[in-house]
Amino acid sequence: MDYAFYIAAAAALAATLRAITASHAVHALLYFIVSLLAVAVIFLLLGAHFAAALEVIVYAGAIMVLFIFVVMMLNPGPRSVQRERHWLRPRIWAGPAVLAAVLAAELVYFAATGAGRSAGAGQVEPAEVGLALFGPYLLGVEMASVVLLAGLVGAYHLGWHLGRRPGGRETGEGEA
Amino acid sequence: MSGIPLQSGLVVAGLLFGLGAAGVLFRRDLLFILLSLEIMTNAAGLAFVTAGALWGRPDGQVLFIFILAVAAAEVAVGLALVLWLYRRTGTLDVDRANRLRG
Amino acid sequence: MLNGLWLIPALPFAAFVLLAAAGKRMPHPAVAAIGTAGTGLSAVLALLVGFDYALRPPAGNAFVQTLWTWMAAGGFTPEISLCLDALSAVMIATVTVVGFFILLYSTEHMAGEEGYSRFFAYMNLFVGSMLTLVLADNLLLLYLGWEGVGLCSYLLIGFWYRDVANVRAANKAFIVTRVGDTALALGLIVLFAHFDTLSIRDILARSPDRWLQGSGPAAWAALLLLGGAVGKSAQLPLQVWLPDAMAGPSPVSALIHAATMVAAGVYLVARMHGIFTLAPEVQALVAVLGAVTLLLAAASALAQSDIKRVLAWSTISQIGYMFLALGVGAWSAAVFHFATHAFFKALLFLGAGVVIAALGDEHDLHRMGGLRRELPLTFWSFLAGAASLAALPLVTAGFYSKDLILYQAFASPQGSPWLWAAGLAGAFLTGLYTFRMVFLVFFGKAGLPVIRKPGVAVSISLVVFSFFALTVGFLQMPALIAPVTVFSDFLSRTLPVLPVVAVSPATEILLLLDALIAPLIGASAAWWLTLRRPGFTARIERSRAGSALHRFWLAGWGFDALYETLVVRPFVRMARLNRDDVLDLFYGGLAWCASRLSYRLCRTQSGSVRRYALGVLAGAVIALGLVAWFKEFP
Repeated sequence: MDYAFYIAAAAALAATLRAITASHAVHALLYFIVSLLAVAVIFLLLGAHFAAALEVIVYAGAIMVLFIFVVMMLNPGPRSVQRERHWLRPRIWAGPAVLAAVLAAELVYFAATGAGRSAGAGQVEPAEVGLALFGPYLLGVEMASVVLLAGLVGAYHLGWHLGRRPGGRETGEGEA
Repeated sequence: MSGIPLQSGLVVAGLLFGLGAAGVLFRRDLLFILLSLEIMTNAAGLAFVTAGALWGRPDGQVLFIFILAVAAAEVAVGLALVLWLYRRTGTLDVDRANRLRG
Repeated sequence: MLNGLWLIPALPFAAFVLLAAAGKRMPHPAVAAIGTAGTGLSAVLALLVGFDYALRPPAGNAFVQTLWTWMAAGGFTPEISLCLDALSAVMIATVTVVGFFILLYSTEHMAGEEGYSRFFAYMNLFVGSMLTLVLADNLLLLYLGWEGVGLCSYLLIGFWYRDVANVRAANKAFIVTRVGDTALALGLIVLFAHFDTLSIRDILARSPDRWLQGSGPAAWAALLLLGGAVGKSAQLPLQVWLPDAMAGPSPVSALIHAATMVAAGVYLVARMHGIFTLAPEVQALVAVLGAVTLLLAAASALAQSDIKRVLAWSTISQIGYMFLALGVGAWSAAVFHFATHAFFKALLFLGAGVVIAALGDEHDLHRMGGLRRELPLTFWSFLAGAASLAALPLVTAGFYSKDLILYQAFASPQGSPWLWAAGLAGAFLTGLYTFRMVFLVFFGKAGLPVIRKPGVAVSISLVVFSFFALTVGFLQMPALIAPVTVFSDFLSRTLPVLPVVAVSPATEILLLLDALIAPLIGASAAWWLTLRRPGFTARIERSRAGSALHRFWLAGWGFDALYETLVVRPFVRMARLNRDDVLDLFYGGLAWCASRLSYRLCRTQSGSVRRYALGVLAGAVIALGLVAWFKEFP
């Protein structure tokens, strides 16, 4: 069991590292999906089956597909890959990497000094999650729905304006 | 099932969060920045689920679901902005998209 | 008849409003008619009311007419109400009669001046304010009149406002009297704080119960009231404005000196006599101030060469006599001297106005001379006024009022031989400077030629004033000459009678003789110095000590220079230092810092998203680091 956890954690970290350093957008996305799947495995190991399913379906499925669509629409060619390589020189990423490393170290420090209990007190059934969601967290659910609605409206609004050429006159709603 | 120390889960979450933060900082392409943001939110979700598992309570997963909703909304708007920026400027370089007026 | 009381101040105000509104479009005769009618009708009414009051005294010897409640703020409800008693009856009669004849004189004297209607409007406002002041039943209304008088004096002194010197004189008068006005306002506040009312009669009635003789609050109230009186009446130490107030036209000077402005201080002290009785030290201070002022001013009058300045200093000196009388508790003597002084000083200023106009706006005494033959009417009336001012015995009004003051300065319980001696020395000096002026103007070698002679209106005014200047004194005569006490009997209805310490008949005769002789000696000395031995005076003036003294007296004992050094220059320096408001530097500095900081912070708004992210992350790192730090080392 322990080994499964450590393997999954190592996979997640390695995949994420590649995701943020990849030059090609599609490669980065694929690495990130691998990372998400690894995290889903960790969820499974922790007994959070429902969360693991959501991680695969919603995160790795729906959200990443959105990214893929956008990458297709932008169609980054070899030039942009060259450019990304050019941008990713140590001189540029060294400083931010150190800062992020300090942050990670701090987080790790807090995690490591926490209570020395083992996780996995038992599996948490999806039914329990559903009861909690629509019981004490009902207000939170409503707020999340409002956030989603706002995201929907915002995305639609921005998409509407994509129909207009920069600096050009509005051509009517049909084109939007 | 019982051998995973709590710290390990949280440590992984912290490391993922740090990687995401590093990505936000040193990528110049807006698409990669968004991706790194997703990594950070995912790390936060991992921390919640781990903590919830520790107590055997559903609250951690509930909050993970909320994070999922927020991430979805963020990605929808963020990607729309990415497209918009590309149409406006022809590039996704955030360092060139620093005009504060219009 | 008494119910018409409100018309007395209302008529001049009505004339003012009429002239201010439409005076510019009226022909000059109409302006003159309205201007004189306002005060003239008021004078007739004042005399009628006065006689009515004298013959049928109302209950309590005071008639109060409440017009309306001015304002009601909590327990503070001052009313617009007028009070007629013996003191205000004398005052309104004097003010309106003197005012009317000065206005009659002005119709001719000011003819052809620019701002003819403006002049009459201001003069009527002046008279109306003074009437409000003396008729006021409460101190707030009195203060309104008081400020109105101050405003009018400012407007009229600066009447010829195109000349900067006149404006400066007007400003000086206004600012110096403002010092006194502030003291008066503080005095009113003190009185209100202790009595919860500003009604004069209530305060006078309740003060003996409320305050002990010589108690602190009484002394403060009296001192502050005295401050106001000193400012308005041009007494030491606020006398400096009056000599410069000569910048206005002669009728204005006549009105200021005789009836309206400077009498207000005397009136205030007489009106609030109860407060001063409760503060014996302050009352003694009044007497001493009066005595010192009358001597200083008389000495200064000796050195002047401007005819109007001589008269101005003589006014300060004569008001000093009134303060001396008030200080020794001789209230009615002070008011009596005010009445006689009003007539002869108005006469002298009007006469001086004729002389100045006749010589083409010449003020210098030394360039006049021999006008006796050219202006006979003016000469005789000026002589009557001068004789009255110098208090030449028996035939003049000034003699009787001044003798009364001198006698009571000696014989009153608060009096002393020193005060009497000061008054007597003042009488000698008065004779000297008055007749020096008369001899220089009307006798000796002819000076400048006469280019303008007085007309009918001016002559009538001069004759009427001459008559009064000689005869008003017969209302009150010393017991040794003729036992007439009409005036003090009348005033005793309102003002307390002085308990006179019995003096031996021999002393009494001696006092009377002294008062008889001192002015005569002064006048003779003047004759000897100016006409018989003019070289002697010139020699004194040329000598080192003599010329220094002359300059010193000419400058009015150096008070102007003193105030210039002590008050004006430090103030101007402070104002210059504070030109940009020192306190503002602090707030301006704050704004400057904020603006600089904002400019610096603006630079961080680069629009670079990664830089922002860096900031957010650095903040998170620091915050977490702090938490970790405190966790380890609490």
